[in-house]
Amino acid sequence: MSTMNMIQAINSALDVMLDRDDDVVIFGEDVGYFGGVFRCTAGLQKKYGKTRVFDTPIAEGGILGTAIGMGVYGLRPVAEIQFADYIYPAFDQLVSEAARLRYRSGGEFWAPITVRAPCGGGIFGGQTHSQSPEGVFTHVCGLKTVMPSNPYDAKGLLIAAIEDDDPVIFFEPKRIYNGPFDGHHDKPLVPWARHPQGEVPDGHYRVELGKAAIARPGSEVTVLAYGTMVHVCLAAVEESGIDGEVIDLRSLLPIDIDSIVESVKKTGRCVIVHEATRTSGFGAELSAQVQEHCFYHLEAPIQRVTGWDTPYPHAFEWEYFPGPQRVTRALTAVMEG
Amino acid sequence: MNPSQRLSLHIPEPPARPGEEPDYSAMRIPPAGGLERPPVDAAATALHGYADALIRVLDDSGAACGEWAPQIDPQTLRDGLRAMMLTRIFDDRMLRMQRQGKTSFYVKSTGEEAVAVAQAFALDDGDMLFPSYRQQGLLIARGHSLVDMMCQVFNNTRDRLKGRQLPIMYSVREKGFFSISGNLGTQYPQAVGWAMASAMKGDTRIAASWVGEGTTAEPDFHHALTFASVYQAPVVLNVVNNQYAISSFQGFAGGERATFAARAIGYGIPGMRVDGNDFLAVYAVTRWAAERARRNCGPTLIELFTYRADAHSTSDDPTAYRPSSEGARWPLGDPIERLKQHLVGLGQWSEAQHTGLAAELDAKVKADLKEAESYGTLSTPPDSPRSMFEDVFKDVPPHLVRQRQEMGY
Repeated sequence: MSTMNMIQAINSALDVMLDRDDDVVIFGEDVGYFGGVFRCTAGLQKKYGKTRVFDTPIAEGGILGTAIGMGVYGLRPVAEIQFADYIYPAFDQLVSEAARLRYRSGGEFWAPITVRAPCGGGIFGGQTHSQSPEGVFTHVCGLKTVMPSNPYDAKGLLIAAIEDDDPVIFFEPKRIYNGPFDGHHDKPLVPWARHPQGEVPDGHYRVELGKAAIARPGSEVTVLAYGTMVHVCLAAVEESGIDGEVIDLRSLLPIDIDSIVESVKKTGRCVIVHEATRTSGFGAELSAQVQEHCFYHLEAPIQRVTGWDTPYPHAFEWEYFPGPQRVTRALTAVMEG
Repeated sequence: MNPSQRLSLHIPEPPARPGEEPDYSAMRIPPAGGLERPPVDAAATALHGYADALIRVLDDSGAACGEWAPQIDPQTLRDGLRAMMLTRIFDDRMLRMQRQGKTSFYVKSTGEEAVAVAQAFALDDGDMLFPSYRQQGLLIARGHSLVDMMCQVFNNTRDRLKGRQLPIMYSVREKGFFSISGNLGTQYPQAVGWAMASAMKGDTRIAASWVGEGTTAEPDFHHALTFASVYQAPVVLNVVNNQYAISSFQGFAGGERATFAARAIGYGIPGMRVDGNDFLAVYAVTRWAAERARRNCGPTLIELFTYRADAHSTSDDPTAYRPSSEGARWPLGDPIERLKQHLVGLGQWSEAQHTGLAAELDAKVKADLKEAESYGTLSTPPDSPRSMFEDVFKDVPPHLVRQRQEMGY
């Protein structure tokens, strides 16, 4: 057991998998010699060699197109897209190819690729370094979409993603790489070293895809969140005095609908929180499913707290970012409703 | 304002439209046998001339000329001729099936048979093929079952793709034939990735991929060339320049300004331009590129200069956009006729043998078709739609189980 931040936990997951499986290869822009702009692959090229961990041209479509070909050969490629905002040039390879290859070939070919992509705001990254495009990918049949909220889950989920025989999009909320940021940007960040989920086993373990976690048990309202927003919601629950049950989805697709339904049936109320824009966001899917499964248990309309339906503005970072005050207002509203 | 300084936009226009005489006056056709065959480890920079040339082996009399003439025994040539003829007969018969409503769609490769067949002959059986949708000749040359191909086209109970794919979007893992996408050019970087993996693992197998000249405008074409160049991937990248992307002549892909082979030059990759209707030349250049890849000398881009002698697909009517006599007047002839002429000239084939073989293949295709039809056609699809929920993921996840149950299965 070691104390790790999320970058170190991701690095450890990659290290474990490179060591265990000769077919694991890692590549992307600046990931090789330099070790990645966020340092998630630091030291791995030196340890495993240049044909296992290497740099690529700046061509996301090429990175994922070649990754699929390597997957078809029999490797387990782990490709990094430097920022989730830059994943769109590779969209066709993900949507039309990786996602559908097993299906269209009658199960003859598949591409067990893992695509790592730092996502989310709160870092003054403007509209090209702050996006949360997870909902775009959950709409694609054949892709799995994952977003951890802490170092322990990041390592376990990433190992599970790499070992998975289906393509997995692994979003890393970069605002919580170094600590569980709760949206209070005017207060110092608590490092992962002082958080229980910063305790990470050194070896191999898995956090299964498709299983949510209860980040905080509660009785009055179910709060559905993932990534950075888990910590924002935990703060809002504490500050509001409302006994919220915060569910960390961890995996958006497959979704752990049973845990969600069980909780909402217990509390009768639901607040959904994500950083991504609202319209057709993943919250819309969650809201629809909660309504379908729990309508007669609901005491109030479901509330959504999300990024606004605008590009991510640079100067208005904290007006855009769904912080604890907005979550608190939604918690209050759903209790009154 | 001086009118001579006003800007004007160039919109490419083909040499001839319906009702006009086909015009090949701008086409430069060098004599067969005129080019040297460079060593396979020659520097890419020393090969620039091949991107603007046209490698030809068979002359107008059917004789093999020059350094590129490959050493192939007559039986292999006869096998190649047979595979091309079988491909054409298969195509003609499947077109009729579409016209009879037994399938929804078909794509013929008429006039381009030498591309797929000669290239399959030039590659090793273990090499991995990432085709586009007009290389059915690869499967036929590798001896794949026609019945299996027909069952896919019919989406019947024996369709190995379980009724999921448009007809002709084959996938045959045991023949090293990658699943055809239908999205253009996506297979190009995938082939490069496969080749990179083969090199990473110290394997001996190489990859090959095919796109049409129209697809060279897609980003994946350039991704593939960039990655192939950067990592010197053991891959043969083919551009089948059949002059047309549906109705758009090759000028809309940039062919008015430079050859498609020339695109390789900026990537530091050899760009070899070859007469795509010349079985021997296609074989020789592919063999050269494959040997180069196998010796760790990196990728090659081959432009196969040919003519799409028939419609793009059963949904297309080429008389609406090109002179109907254009194909018959193609200056580089027909690949089957040219190889036949060569074999006859060698004393290894005769008119009677040719007629006999055509009848034999026709009977084979008819018999295979009878068998394939006995497993059903599109109007009698696979038994249960239950299978449509399988293979989305390796294991069927709970939400798909629920949706399957909702459908009643």
